[in-house]
Amino acid sequence: MEHIVIIGNGISGVTVARHIRKRSNKRITIISAETDYFFSRTALMYIYMGHMKYEHTKPYEDSFWKKNRIDLKKGFVSEVKPKDKKIIFNDGEEMAFDKLIIAVGSKSNKFGWPGQDLEGVRGLYAFQDLEYLEQFAPNKTVCKKAVIVGGGLIGIELAEMLSTRKIPVTFLVRESSFWNGVLPKGESEMLNRHIKSHHIDLRLSSNLKEIVSDENGKAKAVIVEETGEEIPCDFVGLTAGVTPNIDFLKSSEIELGRGVKVNRYLETNFDDIYAIGDCAEQYQPIGNRRAIEAVWYTGRMMGETVAQTICGTKTEYKPGHWFNSAKFFDIEYQTYGWVNSERNKKENEIHFHWKHKDDTKCITVATDRDSGAFLGINTFGIRMKHEIFDRWLTEEKSTDYVMQHLSKANFDPEFYATFENEILSAYTNQFQTISS
Amino acid sequence: MSTVQRDMSLTGQPPKSLNGLQKVATVLGLSGLMIILLAGFNLNFPNKGLWLTISLVALTAGIILFAKATYANTQEGIKNDGVWFKSISSRGFWAWIAGLSLTGFYIILYFFPQFLGLRSEGANTGIIALFDPLSRLLSGNQASQWFVYGTLYTVAIFAFGVKFIWKYRHNRYEKLRTISVMFFQTAFAFLIPEFMARLNSESFNLPYYDLKNIWPLNYYNFEQYRVDSFISSGDVGLALLIFGVISIFVITPILTYKYGKRWYCSWVCGCGGLAETAGDSFRHLSDKSEFAWKVERWVIHSVLVFVIVMTTAVISTYLGYDSEKYWLTKDVFLIGVAVFLALLFGVIWFFKKEELKQDARYGAIGYLVIVLSFIVIHYASGSKLFFFEAETLRKSYGFLIGAVFSGVIGTGFYPIFGSRVWCRFGCPMAAILGLQQRLFSKFRITTNGGQCISCGNCSTYCEMGIDVRAYAQKGENIVRASCVGCGICSAVCPRGVLKLENGPLENRIQGNEILLGNDVDLMKYVNNN
Ligand SMILES: Cc1cc2nc3c(=O)[nH]c(=O)nc-3n(C[C@H](O)[C@H](O)[C@H](O)COP(=O)(O)OP(=O)(O)OC[C@H]3O[C@@H](n4cnc5c(N)ncnc54)[C@H](O)[C@@H]3O)c2cc1C
Ligand code: SF4
Ligand code: SF4
Repeated sequence: MEHIVIIGNGISGVTVARHIRKRSNKRITIISAETDYFFSRTALMYIYMGHMKYEHTKPYEDSFWKKNRIDLKKGFVSEVKPKDKKIIFNDGEEMAFDKLIIAVGSKSNKFGWPGQDLEGVRGLYAFQDLEYLEQFAPNKTVCKKAVIVGGGLIGIELAEMLSTRKIPVTFLVRESSFWNGVLPKGESEMLNRHIKSHHIDLRLSSNLKEIVSDENGKAKAVIVEETGEEIPCDFVGLTAGVTPNIDFLKSSEIELGRGVKVNRYLETNFDDIYAIGDCAEQYQPIGNRRAIEAVWYTGRMMGETVAQTICGTKTEYKPGHWFNSAKFFDIEYQTYGWVNSERNKKENEIHFHWKHKDDTKCITVATDRDSGAFLGINTFGIRMKHEIFDRWLTEEKSTDYVMQHLSKANFDPEFYATFENEILSAYTNQFQTISS
Repeated sequence: MSTVQRDMSLTGQPPKSLNGLQKVATVLGLSGLMIILLAGFNLNFPNKGLWLTISLVALTAGIILFAKATYANTQEGIKNDGVWFKSISSRGFWAWIAGLSLTGFYIILYFFPQFLGLRSEGANTGIIALFDPLSRLLSGNQASQWFVYGTLYTVAIFAFGVKFIWKYRHNRYEKLRTISVMFFQTAFAFLIPEFMARLNSESFNLPYYDLKNIWPLNYYNFEQYRVDSFISSGDVGLALLIFGVISIFVITPILTYKYGKRWYCSWVCGCGGLAETAGDSFRHLSDKSEFAWKVERWVIHSVLVFVIVMTTAVISTYLGYDSEKYWLTKDVFLIGVAVFLALLFGVIWFFKKEELKQDARYGAIGYLVIVLSFIVIHYASGSKLFFFEAETLRKSYGFLIGAVFSGVIGTGFYPIFGSRVWCRFGCPMAAILGLQQRLFSKFRITTNGGQCISCGNCSTYCEMGIDVRAYAQKGENIVRASCVGCGICSAVCPRGVLKLENGPLENRIQGNEILLGNDVDLMKYVNNN
């Protein structure tokens, strides 16, 4: 029986295994060094905040794997030998494969800052990082102050986490406004205010220069590049993005860039070896997407795709319209299609921005100036329907059309106040192009 | 690896201690409780009306003040920080203390009311006597243990309802349905029946009737003494009796068709009302395993069968005793019940067989056979039903289900098993509503395309132990018999994935192998396969 070996039990590895099982009887082994069972990395924050326990973050009951004849193996793979079709574990054990799927995910970025490997300095990615955090920042007595370096989605989650334990947080953000490499100005500034309203000491345009050690090799302060200020702290969170976790592949002759290089079929330069999820890097980015997409659902979609190929229906990875979501403290965010920040947007992309007076809800709609076509929407504090926007994007609706039918896309719970009329009249005032 | 496993249960150390105002609130609330306890130890308060007022006001104010201290200085949003760290909400020491106290209270209430001060003759003493002034004010009669219970129950739903509204103040659905249960408890369960009692006289004798408490939850509604009193009370009584029948056979199916069982379980019902308000801190303790789901299906439907058999037996017995008095004869009644159930079964089987799982089909056939054979045997053998007298059935139902299951276990163990144990495993009304919700209702929870990140908040906070995530991560609508439509899964979802909706029956249940967002050709290829 063909043996499919999957390195990594994250969403991408687990999805590919499930779908192969649905369509075939092949022998499947999933390997991971992190936890015995698949858990949801996206829920790490909720464990620390006490909303859930580790058990609750496991999407399948432990009996699921046996029932579906998916072997789980705990271990760290230190080498892959593509030509011999085997992998080697760090304890010397070997395992043969017929097909290998690399789904090893990411690790936290470290940019060579002085002191980045001191005790009390850590990223937030793996379950072990959470245990580390629990050790160095269990409460405000052990950790009188924490500094977070890097203003992205994981950084703000870490800020929220620490603040639930009343640990004072200083948040160093390189950009002049939170996440403004991705978000347009109005949204980014609203988030600045929201972050501060949660008593986070948000420092914009602030880079980390160095982390200072105490006499025992533990971090005791950080120094800010721009001001030279030394901020005493007991924990430093490094959340300046993630990189594919592929150091163990360096000697394997598998072609690597920042990630494992793959074509549209998610194949590597070796037959029978595939890479999916956070660690896969497209030779050519797909549409406006990045070559490496480190989000949950793309890992899942790549898993769905490769499973078809492995089961005999060769399938290209062709993700549909971009979408994503996140939550910034109390404000939910969803995006459909492309809305670029001022920094990244092309000339023809024009924005309509509406913000509610309570300063926790806003939307930004991107339009092609020349054709009037709807390009995408960012929505904060208002839930919207994926299906509808996906259809509108496929049908290449105009922004005028979208704005007039916005209530169709509303996905807020029943009885919620709706803002479509207010939004539409703001839009009409601003553009006065409404025809029809 | 071993190190990982050992530390798997993170022992969080969040700020657990109470803040100043919370302490004041706790003392205030406990002092209210203290007065009641002292009365229980036969401290004879001089001015009972005054002391009762002080006690109830202190209780209510304590709870509301606690809510203020907890939520007033926070921003609108989900408030689940530290839920699994706090002793009371994570089956810790205080949870057991609370659970045991509540259980103890229920045991005394149901089985030893004399300890509350109930006297078979003469004036009440103790706690019940403390409540006499309020009872006299409302109904004109002296209090009973049920009056004490009803008052405390109403206070709990009211005060914890305020807390709940504070906690979910950003969510209009939660606020409205909480106001609704607070209203139905206060008006329908508590005040109206008391006022109705005022109308009673020699010739006019309505039984205590909480109009929203529908058979079979109100399993005694059609017992002889009640039916007799309804009939003896002229047109009003008859109207109420007819209303009792219509509630279950007409009103319930219509509303459940339109809105799902939530119209009752989360908007009207008192058991649900208590679970949603006082029980809110324990909702995440429900068992989410598939095994628990299996147990749930068997147990709740067995209770339903039990209540049908018991009620049929009880009614047919008194119809049999006194055929002069009731126009309905025992024979007609029994045959009617049998035909009705067989028809109902036939209709479900004919239209909805495909939607029933294997074990549900066996179960349905089995249950039908049992009920029909009970009826046949009963028909053949007079007042004996199978081996049991109708009266024995009634008593055992009242003891096992009415008292032990719904009270002692269902509410007493809130802090251990979660808040809706009764609603999920025991309530026959929920079973009926659930069957309809699953098979014939516009209600469903829709999921938002490919947005789910499988975090598990929804499943964790579902008080009915539904593994919501299992559906959401497949992009499948949630259409489950047990869902009470509390809306909390939707509220706690950090990605805006879930929405409670009433929509068309077509395509209400659909599962996708591949979610929205992937290549459209792949979705078509796999999903249609
Ligand atoms: C805190 C946090 C919050 C996030 N929130 C969101 C969110 O809200 N939305 C979103 O879209 N995305 C979010 N993400 C990103 C998302 O979780 C990832 O994109 C996704 O988990 C990647 O899945 P994967 O299967 O590719 O890899 P992973 O989940 O990283 O799984 C890889 C597994 O492989 C194991 N492994 C690696 N190397 C080896 C080896 N040599 N031998 C054995 N095992 C190995 C790793 O230990 C790991 O268990 C978040 C990430 C984090 C850290
Ligand atoms: S599924 Fe959602 S709405 Fe239904 S009972 Fe569970 S939490 Fe409440
Ligand atoms: S539906 Fe929402 S709460 Fe439930 S697992 Fe998905 S993202 Fe989490």
